[in-house]
Amino acid sequence: MSDPILRLSGLYTDIAQYHILQGVDLEVPRGQVTMLLGRNGVGKTTTLRSIIGHWQARAGSITFDGADVTALPVASRVKAGMGYVPEDMGIFTDLTVEENMRLAARSGPLDAARLEWIFGAFPALKTFWGAEAGNLSGGQKQMLSIARVMAEERKLYLIDEPTKGLAPAIVSTMSRALRDLKEQGASILLVEQNFAVARALGDSVAVMDDGKIIWTGEMAELAENKALQEQLMGLSMEVH
Amino acid sequence: MSAAPDHNPTFAEVTLMQRLDKALPVLLIPLLVVIGLLAIGNPSSWLTLTVSGLAMGMLIFAMASGFTLVFGLMDVINFGHGAFISVGAFVGVSVLAWLGTWTEAPSLMLNVLAVLFAGIAAMGISGLLGWGFERVIVQPVYGAHLKQILVTMGGLIVVEQMIHVIWGPNEIFINRPEMLKGAITFGAVAIEKFRLLAVAVGLILFVAMRLVLKRTKIGLIVRAGVQNGEMVQALGYRLRLVFIGTFIAGSALAGLGGVLWALYQEVVTAGMGEHMMVLVFIVVIIGGLGSVEGAFIGALLVGLLQNYVAFLEPKLALISNIGLMTAILLWRPQGMLPVVKAK
Repeated sequence: MSDPILRLSGLYTDIAQYHILQGVDLEVPRGQVTMLLGRNGVGKTTTLRSIIGHWQARAGSITFDGADVTALPVASRVKAGMGYVPEDMGIFTDLTVEENMRLAARSGPLDAARLEWIFGAFPALKTFWGAEAGNLSGGQKQMLSIARVMAEERKLYLIDEPTKGLAPAIVSTMSRALRDLKEQGASILLVEQNFAVARALGDSVAVMDDGKIIWTGEMAELAENKALQEQLMGLSMEVH
Repeated sequence: MSAAPDHNPTFAEVTLMQRLDKALPVLLIPLLVVIGLLAIGNPSSWLTLTVSGLAMGMLIFAMASGFTLVFGLMDVINFGHGAFISVGAFVGVSVLAWLGTWTEAPSLMLNVLAVLFAGIAAMGISGLLGWGFERVIVQPVYGAHLKQILVTMGGLIVVEQMIHVIWGPNEIFINRPEMLKGAITFGAVAIEKFRLLAVAVGLILFVAMRLVLKRTKIGLIVRAGVQNGEMVQALGYRLRLVFIGTFIAGSALAGLGGVLWALYQEVVTAGMGEHMMVLVFIVVIIGGLGSVEGAFIGALLVGLLQNYVAFLEPKLALISNIGLMTAILLWRPQGMLPVVKAK
């Protein structure tokens, strides 16, 4: 692979006395959607949190866009071009939708054209623009969390389970928005449990188990090989 | 870019109870004022006590606002906050003494200017002390509440002893500036001039804080940080710098509250900040930790109730605020306007 946007080399992260990541090696190609798959509790969220800097790695390195960011604070990594959507969405429920979006535009006012694009993807946000984000439904909150990371152009989007617990109609909305982002040439590292979404969006795949990457390859290759799916994740993608 | 998807959003109807939920704490203030009028009976006494209660509440708010934001932003329980109140009071009183010719002059402008300079000096020194306090005492104990309580109380004791070293061990009685002495009377109503000034300063402070928090980007970051600091960082902001700035501003406001409280009581002691912290804690807890609006409402309730009860049944005044806190926590265990923290 030539010049990936992100490279993790032998990444170890501990949470309290637990050794969660145990030598993660991963490359995320530019302009592709890389799916990070694996069973619950294998370290997918920890990997994303280590990349953005919420948890400091005990050992190993994180190279982003050619620069070592392992020791940098979160804000510096974001400034360098990372965008992050956590699993819990991280919505500021006491702020309005507008205020949530305004915060996301770190470098200045919201770009009007970009905002129109976001409204096109998530019309609900336009409807609820002045409403307190805490009054939104779960699906609308998830739209806001994705919209917030889309408010500025990023070199890499780190998105943790954006369709978790959502109704099929909202999953479809979310998938379209992420496909939009992909068509714009964005690099995305996406943790996803919904295999239909993963299959539709993913270009490449990394599968985790026990705090390590155990398999990497093309999504098409994994999607077609049920035996491999069962071997790597203990179940077939078709059951989901 | 693709076309808009099929999801058709609708607004959920907000019920009357939901609308009242946030307004109810605000309504407690006029309710208490009306109950005060009915209980006291005499309108002139009631008006005097009400202004006195509002003045007291405004000053407590000045001291409490920084404390609640610091707790909300970084989960730091700073028992040393009282040190900023005491230092602000002593610095302010020293400045007032230095500007003796202004405070003794029968000129409202010179008198107010003297108080203004005393307030600025108190804010400056308390803010500076707050910066040092954060760097040396608070920073090493982030995330450890028990240690925070111990070391910040230790810091408070050290500062109090430093005040004894600099200003001496005795309490200092002070005279208010000439034109702020006495009361304005109309009919049977007498309202102390200084209390009117305190109400005005408190209102200006509250409005200014609201404007900063609601209308500026830094205010937006602080409000978001109180709720979910980690996400604020993930949006690219250096929460640590925001916290230091808030800590300094909170310390400075405590210093301002200290000098105004000294003028209100006409005496300063090294332990005044420590004593005021009881009221500050009550106000912050009943208001909802991290909520500036909650602290404002809580401070006014505390000030009004204490004045009414002290008039009606002096012996009960000491426990009236504890009673208020108990009642409010039974009604709303998270305080009146709690900030919804991210899990």
